[in-house]
Amino acid sequence: MARQINVALLGNPNTGKTSVFNRLTGLNQKVGNYPGITVEKKEGICTLERGLKAHILDLPGTYSLNASSLDENVVIELLLNKNDKDFPDVAIVVADVENLKRNLLLFTQIKDLGIPTILAINMADRMKRKAISLDIETLEEALETKIALISSRKNEGFEQLKQYITQYSSLSVKPCVNASKIAPEYFSRLKKAFPNQDLYKLWLVITQDVNFGTLERGTLQGIASFQTESKSNLKRMQQKETIARYQFINEVLKKTLTIDTENAKDLRSRMDRILTHRVWGYVIFFGILLLIFQAIFDWSSYPMDFIDSTFASLSEWTKAVMPPGDFTDLIAEGIIPGLGGIVIFIPQIAFLFLFISILEESGYMSRVVFLMDRTMRRFGLSGKSVVPLVSGTACAIPAIMATRNIESWKERLITILVTPFTTCSARLPVYLIIIALVIPEQRVLGIFSLQGITLMFLYLLGFGAAIFSAWLLDRFLKIRSKSFFVIEMPNYKVPIAKNVAITVVEKTKSFVWGAGKIILAISIILWVLASYGPGDFNRAEEIVAQETVGQQLSEEERDTKIASFKLENSYVGHMGKFIEPAVRPLGYDWKIGIAIVSSFAAREVFVGTLATIYSVGSEEEETIRNRMAAEVNPVLGTPIFNFASGVSLLLFYAFAMQCMSTLAIVRRETNSWKWPLWQLFAMSAIAYVVALAAYQFLK
Amino acid sequence: MQTLASLRKGQRAIIKHFSVEDVPLKLLEMGCLPGNEVSVVQQAPFQDPIYLNINGSHLAIRKATAILIEIELL
Repeated sequence: MARQINVALLGNPNTGKTSVFNRLTGLNQKVGNYPGITVEKKEGICTLERGLKAHILDLPGTYSLNASSLDENVVIELLLNKNDKDFPDVAIVVADVENLKRNLLLFTQIKDLGIPTILAINMADRMKRKAISLDIETLEEALETKIALISSRKNEGFEQLKQYITQYSSLSVKPCVNASKIAPEYFSRLKKAFPNQDLYKLWLVITQDVNFGTLERGTLQGIASFQTESKSNLKRMQQKETIARYQFINEVLKKTLTIDTENAKDLRSRMDRILTHRVWGYVIFFGILLLIFQAIFDWSSYPMDFIDSTFASLSEWTKAVMPPGDFTDLIAEGIIPGLGGIVIFIPQIAFLFLFISILEESGYMSRVVFLMDRTMRRFGLSGKSVVPLVSGTACAIPAIMATRNIESWKERLITILVTPFTTCSARLPVYLIIIALVIPEQRVLGIFSLQGITLMFLYLLGFGAAIFSAWLLDRFLKIRSKSFFVIEMPNYKVPIAKNVAITVVEKTKSFVWGAGKIILAISIILWVLASYGPGDFNRAEEIVAQETVGQQLSEEERDTKIASFKLENSYVGHMGKFIEPAVRPLGYDWKIGIAIVSSFAAREVFVGTLATIYSVGSEEEETIRNRMAAEVNPVLGTPIFNFASGVSLLLFYAFAMQCMSTLAIVRRETNSWKWPLWQLFAMSAIAYVVALAAYQFLK
Repeated sequence: MQTLASLRKGQRAIIKHFSVEDVPLKLLEMGCLPGNEVSVVQQAPFQDPIYLNINGSHLAIRKATAILIEIELL
């Protein structure tokens, strides 16, 4: 059997760690979660020389081993637990050549844990432009390690890095900085109390604020009784440690690193002059937002029309080639239209993830945080809330996880609570189809499509609702927490196409699979409920024949009457009629009512549900859109999807909390059921009232 | 004593001192250490937050934190 070693990939945020991971593992990677928590776990396999394989774990980016968030906690927990199956045989610290000094802080900490540590200096292709020169040999001697100069953009230096990984056992494990010299008296007492433990490790366990999960319990219990220093003294010692590390690093770099500031071409400051400008900065930011929404609506309509008609003909084809019967009906009327209802939105979702990953990869997102901080603070949020609010347009789940770097608990909680108001990609299917039905296809001023503007308005409405409720929560929540804020402003980078592509493919895939499973299940259940029924359902032909005695009906008209009679008397029909009184004041019929109830599992189910219900009720295969347009109110004879009911539906979906996965994440991130339940009831109540008001006013 | 909050664009200064209790460790870890040179890259409206260059490390902090950091102009 081939031997396999564990490699941990570490580094500060913004050092291109993930692109190094992508280079090392290619597409041979999988993304999961750490057990019990929602921190993303990325691992992959890299083949080295002589059949040796490296299992590479991409750990969350961290500035140091002093954890202040769940993500960083994962790093420490792994590095302190020798029994973990992922405990690294060798660690790679990825550093950015332009921020070497700060990046080395983490390096010295990891090396001091006694783990063989390779330094990979990334973005080496920038050295010439920035007039940086490095004496690698001397630096290797001073840090007692191997250093690989790499460029993930140009794919350079990876052979050497892999070679160093292969030879990991020859690396020195001597510490860089002797931590005990910051407080000799304290450390000697520590040594006396735990003679068999590594001092630096003990020190880390003592000083962490976070709770350790699976860490060696034995050690921890002993430490709980070793309380000899006050919290502020420990903090002072931590600061001393940090300063001591920087002193070491400064001395090392003085001998090895030179930057010729005269010759450095500084694109960064020129770009920042515009992009963080107090006027132009905002103009550009809103321009970019506008561009994104225009793209989502306009550019993706071509592939969408294609997918829609493909699924319609697929249903028809299935009916033609398979023997008639219940099973064929289930596939052609239940599953295919249901799945079509999600596949159709792949173009939009891919566009959305594309833009968001470009904004993040390029370093622009941090500028937005900087520009928006003060404005956001007025509403009880932080500049860092912009990232969740913007990425919430893709999906609230990763967005809520992205709140972890917000330092103040109150600002973070408010961000978590209001993020589900932003228009996520699951709302998009509902919006698009209803806008297409009730908003005329016109151009305003010759260029902007009226439908596109409506969509933009709905996005703004989502942001507006988020901001306004944040403001309210800020007034009413009595939580005291220290407000503190620091953010790194990384260098601008042209996004690496491969990274962006991997993100878009991964995220789109997981969106489609995740939603696909729910939709498949719901469409099967719905089909069964719509195709069978009690009592009158089974005598449909008879009853319709009696009712229409004396009328001259063509065969086709009679079939339609029977089909709709059956649907109304099916199980789902009875359920729909039961809830109809609650949704009628909002302008909906029982079919929409069923679609709304089923979309409390996930919003995107709405279109699939309607597609399934309508296709059971009709004989011809048609696109979802045409079926919805053809729905007529049996009493008034007007279309079900008219301007008033359409607007009411749009508003309902804008505000309602219809996503079980989001509720589960909020429960996890806030550690209580109180907040998600609160969200569920408050948001749904707002949705109902607003939709009711809109319909009654417009009808 | 001047603080970081009063530093203007184009000026350079040396970080002198800050209170251990109030300023989080994270700021130190990101390179904001006594003795380092600091300059302002950009100020958001109302001088809050401020975008700093501390010895080549670029970060943004709020005015409330900047007030706690004592500097000496160069």
